[in-house]
Amino acid sequence: MTLFDIIGPVMIGPSSSHTAGAVRLGLMARNVLGCQPEKADIYLHGSFRCTYRGHGTDRALVGGLLGYPTDDTRIRDSFRHAADSNLQYRFIPADLGDVHPNTVKFELTGQGRQCTVVGCSVGGGAVEVTNINGYKVKLTGELPALVVPHIDRAGYIAKVSGILGAEEINIAAMHVGRNQRGGTALMIIETDQMIDSVLLQVIDRIPGVSGSFVIAPL
Amino acid sequence: MEIKNLVQLSELAEKDGLSLGRAAIRLEAAEQQVTEEEIERELIRRAEIMKRSVATGLEGMKTASGLVGDQGRRMRGYLGQTKCLASPLYAKAMAYALAANECNAGMGVIVAAPTAGASGVLPALVCAMEEEMSVTGTKLAEALAAAGAVGAVIARNASLSGAEGGCQAECGSAAAMAAAAAVEMLGGSREQALQAAAMALQGMLGLVCDPVAGLVEIPCVHRNAGAVTQALMAADMAMAGVTFAIPVDEVIEVMGKIGRVLPVALRETALGGLAASPTGRAIAERVLGKDSQC
Ligand code: SF4
Repeated sequence: MTLFDIIGPVMIGPSSSHTAGAVRLGLMARNVLGCQPEKADIYLHGSFRCTYRGHGTDRALVGGLLGYPTDDTRIRDSFRHAADSNLQYRFIPADLGDVHPNTVKFELTGQGRQCTVVGCSVGGGAVEVTNINGYKVKLTGELPALVVPHIDRAGYIAKVSGILGAEEINIAAMHVGRNQRGGTALMIIETDQMIDSVLLQVIDRIPGVSGSFVIAPL
Repeated sequence: MEIKNLVQLSELAEKDGLSLGRAAIRLEAAEQQVTEEEIERELIRRAEIMKRSVATGLEGMKTASGLVGDQGRRMRGYLGQTKCLASPLYAKAMAYALAANECNAGMGVIVAAPTAGASGVLPALVCAMEEEMSVTGTKLAEALAAAGAVGAVIARNASLSGAEGGCQAECGSAAAMAAAAAVEMLGGSREQALQAAAMALQGMLGLVCDPVAGLVEIPCVHRNAGAVTQALMAADMAMAGVTFAIPVDEVIEVMGKIGRVLPVALRETALGGLAASPTGRAIAERVLGKDSQC
């Protein structure tokens, strides 16, 4: 905790969990897609579903999808800006199961890509992404994250971490999950340094790996 | 800001003959490996944003309920009236706290110090003290640092969240922070700053979080005005040599303990307190609609 976590953050009101956290969740989902979304289905659960209009959670989520930081005054009019940016969105009240009360699920498409992202606002503006494309994850957006889908067989962790090590990229945290449908697994590696597109291609060319991407930090 | 409690910070400060705020700036600079001037500059930048939140609120805000938005402006219009009971500084602080928290309610830019719900208290103090007592620059930065240190200890040993600890954790903490900041601005001693924080927080103990319709509007806006006057009273008492028997670190722990035994209905769920009053419920139904899916 720093002094500036207490005398701050600087943000658009009215609520750190329902406004600032919502902006950050939108930003994270945008970063997972890796581009400006064109279409967004936004499922709201729990307290988000109950109070999203009053707290501006809806405008904050859309503001995040548009790439606005938490203190950007455009958040107030994000619906209008979304129309200008060709972002179509809809809000769908939902029961997402036994999850944090402030949980949202995004289904995004844009530039031919698509992704599903579930995340929650855990308080004070902090967020946690809990699921990406059906895989359980745990990401806070503090560090860049490398996402590597691969065949569920031995040896992939060593190969990827070897490539990162050779480039002097330090691994801060690592998470490996298996898709229930079987066959593929997802490796998520949070790194201290950014991973550029050249390195990403090297990793994606490992046989059995495909569709790797990097989630930029918030 | 890795300090265990406020006595520890006070002892650190005493060793180097520093005020609480200056000691906090020095600690923070060392931790972040930057100069003290850089910390000061960022604190002053945040003070400027606080001042803007007051000014924005005073212009009037559109909020979700429509039931707050010009309260700060009304109070400011009353300044200088012969019947106004408060001194100019107190009256300004009330007006500014209402206004800055209305800026928050209307989706304006605010500094969440320590939280968005309690974001009117420190800006009110900063503006009122600047205008009435000419506090600026370094002194302002030190005051905010002292406030930040109090907040950091509360975050560590109790809570700053209404959902966890009720409004005593939000507006109560902001009052304690502002009380210490006010003493720092007035050049009081370290001990007086801690006494002021203790007196402000004890006056807010037990305060529940019961936002109508779950919005950060009613009672939040008015509570911010109450909290800043609580802070000013505590600072005045501490400067006058009034003492409070329970040390601030203990008051903080007590606040945390009270928070843990508060019923869930009184911790930001909008199920109890003013939120559950007949009028509160009617407002909720009007604002959120019967189709609020809950
Ligand atoms: S009543 Fe609750 S929401 Fe309002 S300021 Fe207090 S703690 Fe925050």
